[in-house]
Amino acid sequence: MPESPILKVSDLKVTFATRQGPLRAVDGLSFEVAPKEVVGIVGESGSGKSVSMYSMLGLVRDANVSITGSVKFNGREILGLTDREMQPIRGGEIGMIFQDPMTALTPVYTVGWQIIEQLRAHTTMTKVQARERAIELLAEVGIPDPRTRVDNYPHEFSGGMRQRVVIAMALSCNPKLLIADEPTTALDVTTQAQILDLMSKLQETYNSSIVIITHDMGVIAEMAHRVVVMYAGRPAEIGNEIDVVRHPRHPYTWGLLGAVPRVESRNDRLATIPGNAVSPLDIPEGCAFADRCAYRMDICTKRPQLQGDHGHLDACWLTDEQRVSIRSKATP
Amino acid sequence: MFSFTLRRALSALLVLFAISIAVFLIFFATPGVDPAARIAGRSASPATLAHVRAAFGLNRPIFIRYLLMMDHLFIKRDLTSYVNVGLKVVPQVLKAAPITLALVSGAAVIWLTVGIFGGIVAAANRGKFIDPLVMFIGIAAVSVPAYWLGEVVNLITQSRLHSSVFSWVPSGGYVSLTQNPFEWALHLLFPWLTLAALYAGIYARVLRAELVNAMNEDYVRTARAKGLSERRILIRHALRCSLISIVSLFGLDFGALIGGAALLTEVVFGLPGVGMLTYTALQNLDLPVIMACVLYGSFFVVLANAVVDVLYAFLDPRVRVA
Repeated sequence: MPESPILKVSDLKVTFATRQGPLRAVDGLSFEVAPKEVVGIVGESGSGKSVSMYSMLGLVRDANVSITGSVKFNGREILGLTDREMQPIRGGEIGMIFQDPMTALTPVYTVGWQIIEQLRAHTTMTKVQARERAIELLAEVGIPDPRTRVDNYPHEFSGGMRQRVVIAMALSCNPKLLIADEPTTALDVTTQAQILDLMSKLQETYNSSIVIITHDMGVIAEMAHRVVVMYAGRPAEIGNEIDVVRHPRHPYTWGLLGAVPRVESRNDRLATIPGNAVSPLDIPEGCAFADRCAYRMDICTKRPQLQGDHGHLDACWLTDEQRVSIRSKATP
Repeated sequence: MFSFTLRRALSALLVLFAISIAVFLIFFATPGVDPAARIAGRSASPATLAHVRAAFGLNRPIFIRYLLMMDHLFIKRDLTSYVNVGLKVVPQVLKAAPITLALVSGAAVIWLTVGIFGGIVAAANRGKFIDPLVMFIGIAAVSVPAYWLGEVVNLITQSRLHSSVFSWVPSGGYVSLTQNPFEWALHLLFPWLTLAALYAGIYARVLRAELVNAMNEDYVRTARAKGLSERRILIRHALRCSLISIVSLFGLDFGALIGGAALLTEVVFGLPGVGMLTYTALQNLDLPVIMACVLYGSFFVVLANAVVDVLYAFLDPRVRVA
């Protein structure tokens, strides 16, 4: 990557103090996002995808949380900034899209009011200018008749339309980075595709980088340039989308990809990863995936480090030869 | 919004009509309640009873009697007391109503201000020292009965410290606003504070709980991600949504208090309001006065609820369509 990264996360650790002991939600996450790059973070529920993004922006409000590591945005350390110092970054330079558009907007204000509120918080626009901009934004995200719709309340929109409003709001201040937390999970399938199309289109217009959190490998294949696969708060595999999707190296990624239903498949049963996701309360010292892994070895009691070349890293003890032989057996 | 208000007003009228029938039936058609016996006295002869029945129209069908009662109460306004014969009921209620209204409205201003402020302060400082402190004061204010608090206030301001700090406190009773606004406020100051203490405590606690809930909502996270200040998030987003439940609580409390529930405060401070009037009427079983007071009370409860519903629609756009 020739350009300096817009976001550089190093060894991010998020731990909640609970009665049952420390809960390690994120345990040593490191990745970079280059300008105009789309990075997908994928993993099962509870793998620490969302928490890592929220903690970066200081949106985890739990008094028992401890966040360590380093998050550099545009070369500036943003971890540990106060709310006041974060205000211009949140919404201004980093926009955020949430999972559930039904609850993400304040129910008692019109959508226009909420977009104007954000514009006025970060720019010197007058009310009239901000309103015009809000109408433009709504038109841009594909809301029909934006001049009337700007005065409607969130409950007067459908789920997909609400997500468009949230996207319009997130983009309102031309953020350099957009964080999308499962933006399509709460939507039906046809709407999902529309929202993804919209995001790709807007990404080109606005030249912003995107971090997209999802558990859907289909979304990754469609959107992402690079992929971070997370398991139990740890990165399992990082690489370019092509590399990770076509030539996955980590057994967990094999499982995830195997669980994607295919139209041409003749199998009635969906492939699943055996066992349950490991509880973040007792993550093993060694490889977190070892208990569910079919290729477990003695060395797996030691924690594997991310390694690899050409930017395709994975945390697994399997040697290249072992992988080749396993994969050739698995996919005839 | 206008059609909503109109619809709400019509349904309120309907409810009032139903209440008037129910109250009438309870007091005049319940077996064992014979108004004639009350009027005629304890050991009246059957002939006297029959005479009284005829004189008061109590021997006519119940339907006619209801209409007559409503006619006397609302149209002719000459309904008279059964106990103090000749004393008209309606002017009595009209005389007592402004006193209660003044007491409750003034107290409402105080308890809303203090309660909302307390709730916000506690919620904004959640987990710090000030939060449990405000909540403790709140629960203490809720736990103290109004009559006891009123008596203690009287004891301090009228007796123990009357010669020094509280020499300016008048000795109970009521002065009308038009007569002397300053004396009016002075006479009502301690009744206001006494009545407001209980409700301020409740409102502060309810609002704090609502705010703490609201601060965990998704829309608050969105507001934070938008880069708004914590103060703006608390006031413009969380408080705005939490006010909806405060308003409905307020409607019920205000209506009930205007309707006579401020009785204890009225008695302690010697304010001849509606609560006091109802109380004496109940002791004498003075049916016309009870009837008038109950209808008056229900009118304000229904009115307050209708106003709350309209306010609700104003505060919460989701209600307007339904």
